[in-house]
Amino acid sequence: MRRLTWFNATSLTLGFAFLYIPMIVVIIYSFNESRLVTVWGGFSTKWYGELLRNESFLDAAWVTFQVGFFSSIIATILGTMGAYVLVRGGRFYGRTLFSGMMYAPLVMPEVITGLSLLLLFISIGLDRGMFTIILAHGTFAMCYVSVVVSSRLVSFDRSVEEAALDLGCTPFEAFRLVTLPIIAPAVISGWLLALTLSLDDLVIASFVAGPSATTLPIKVFSSIRLGVSPEINALSTILIGIVTIGTIAASLTTKRAVMRRQREERMAEQAG
Amino acid sequence: MNMRRFSLIAVPYGWLLLLFLVPFLIVFKISLSDVALSIPPYTPTLELSEGWAGFRDFLSQLDFENYEFLATDDLYWKSYLSSLQIAFISTTICLLIGFPIAYGMANAPKEWQPTLMLLVILPFWTSFLIRVYSLIGILSQEGMLNQFLMWIGIINEPLTILNTNIAVYIGIVYTYVPFMILPIYATLIKLDGSLLEAAEDLGCSRTEAFWRITVPLSKAGIIAGCFLVFIPALGEFVIPSLLGGSDTLMIGKVLYEEFFANRDWPVAGAVAVILLLILIIPIVLYQRNEQKMMEADT
Repeated sequence: MRRLTWFNATSLTLGFAFLYIPMIVVIIYSFNESRLVTVWGGFSTKWYGELLRNESFLDAAWVTFQVGFFSSIIATILGTMGAYVLVRGGRFYGRTLFSGMMYAPLVMPEVITGLSLLLLFISIGLDRGMFTIILAHGTFAMCYVSVVVSSRLVSFDRSVEEAALDLGCTPFEAFRLVTLPIIAPAVISGWLLALTLSLDDLVIASFVAGPSATTLPIKVFSSIRLGVSPEINALSTILIGIVTIGTIAASLTTKRAVMRRQREERMAEQAG
Repeated sequence: MNMRRFSLIAVPYGWLLLLFLVPFLIVFKISLSDVALSIPPYTPTLELSEGWAGFRDFLSQLDFENYEFLATDDLYWKSYLSSLQIAFISTTICLLIGFPIAYGMANAPKEWQPTLMLLVILPFWTSFLIRVYSLIGILSQEGMLNQFLMWIGIINEPLTILNTNIAVYIGIVYTYVPFMILPIYATLIKLDGSLLEAAEDLGCSRTEAFWRITVPLSKAGIIAGCFLVFIPALGEFVIPSLLGGSDTLMIGKVLYEEFFANRDWPVAGAVAVILLLILIIPIVLYQRNEQKMMEADT
């Protein structure tokens, strides 16, 4: 049944053309000599130079990086704890509310999350800035981490944990020595997801950021509103490049890990 | 209950209570307040120093005036309805485009599938803002799309696409179609090919087999994909404000402007509460579908 019919080939070609042509156009025009974004004026890398000399973009990138770094760590720790509580925590008072709060931010419109957090920060008198963006991003990203980690926790064999406990581990040791290494790949992908969400977020950040902290998406958004510019094309190309390399590297690593596991399983079978 | 278990539960629980539930209660409370020329720009504020009497006084000043205002002012009605319409139509277009792609992927040669999967995931990880931005250049008056259409001779004059609702539809479909493809692909790839062969042996035509076997068996993926597009599209802010025109009414944009441009916090709060009430129905349906899928897997 796996054959590439005429219909399937057409829909794949058109579909991927739709997904990729706009981004490819941005990449091509980032090397355009002309400032006019629709006229090709020859190959040039000058907009990359302009971008790197633009202090406000560099400052915004640095703020974004710091926010992403700290908020993704908070999100990973809290999200992993939350996933563990949901999957292994047993029954406790207020469990339904907890699981509701863990899932709700996934489907909550960003404008509502942003608005509600801003109103909280104002009513407790917390000055808006980088710290409030970190808190906001940590909160909504922890729920994504928890989904990724809990799907791994659900699927793994619980008896290895019990064995560790029987052999004299404390619950914490069992978690550190047995559970954590097993769920580590999920924790890492959860962390990457949290980092990407934070680096990417515009709406929540523009609610909770004060004038002192402008993130890259906020900066990009305000300059896109004025129209297409070659500097933004250059910036987009850099970001698309990073994501492409990262995604391909991640998929190659997973592929290699799967192949190694298959080889080990085969060897174990032969040895047994 | 020992200390360790308690803190394991209490830390994420407390965090979410403080930074998710309490903020939402504040929004609800402000939506019952009145707008005022002060900092913060609403009244009444809760004075804990006055004790019980202060609290009672505070409660008595809250009312549903802002909700009545939303119900009587055309702008809000139209925004909710037009958001629902835009989200619904975009979801339908996403399904019409996403299903053939997912189907093509599931039927592609095995060794191609990791690459095809990668090609769908890549836009997923690429910045949302940049993907919306990439459309601005394409859709503008002198952009690629108009040049292409004029070159093949369909139109003689450039169309105005950017800053209209059409651009909003294109934007939502473009950015959310991976969310449609992935769940449908996940169900199609699990589909047992021998069922289709059996249907054909028993005299079904290929098209008939597709409608009677493939579509019903991928129903869960289709439903999941539709909600994954519909729910975020309904509250969308970035796409209507970058691609849409001044007449594009979407509730996310209205809320943002009510809050920042008009500084009417109580009305912005009421808009948020109603949006959430509208969203509860699709969210509950989506979670029921997810549960069904999980049960089907085990």
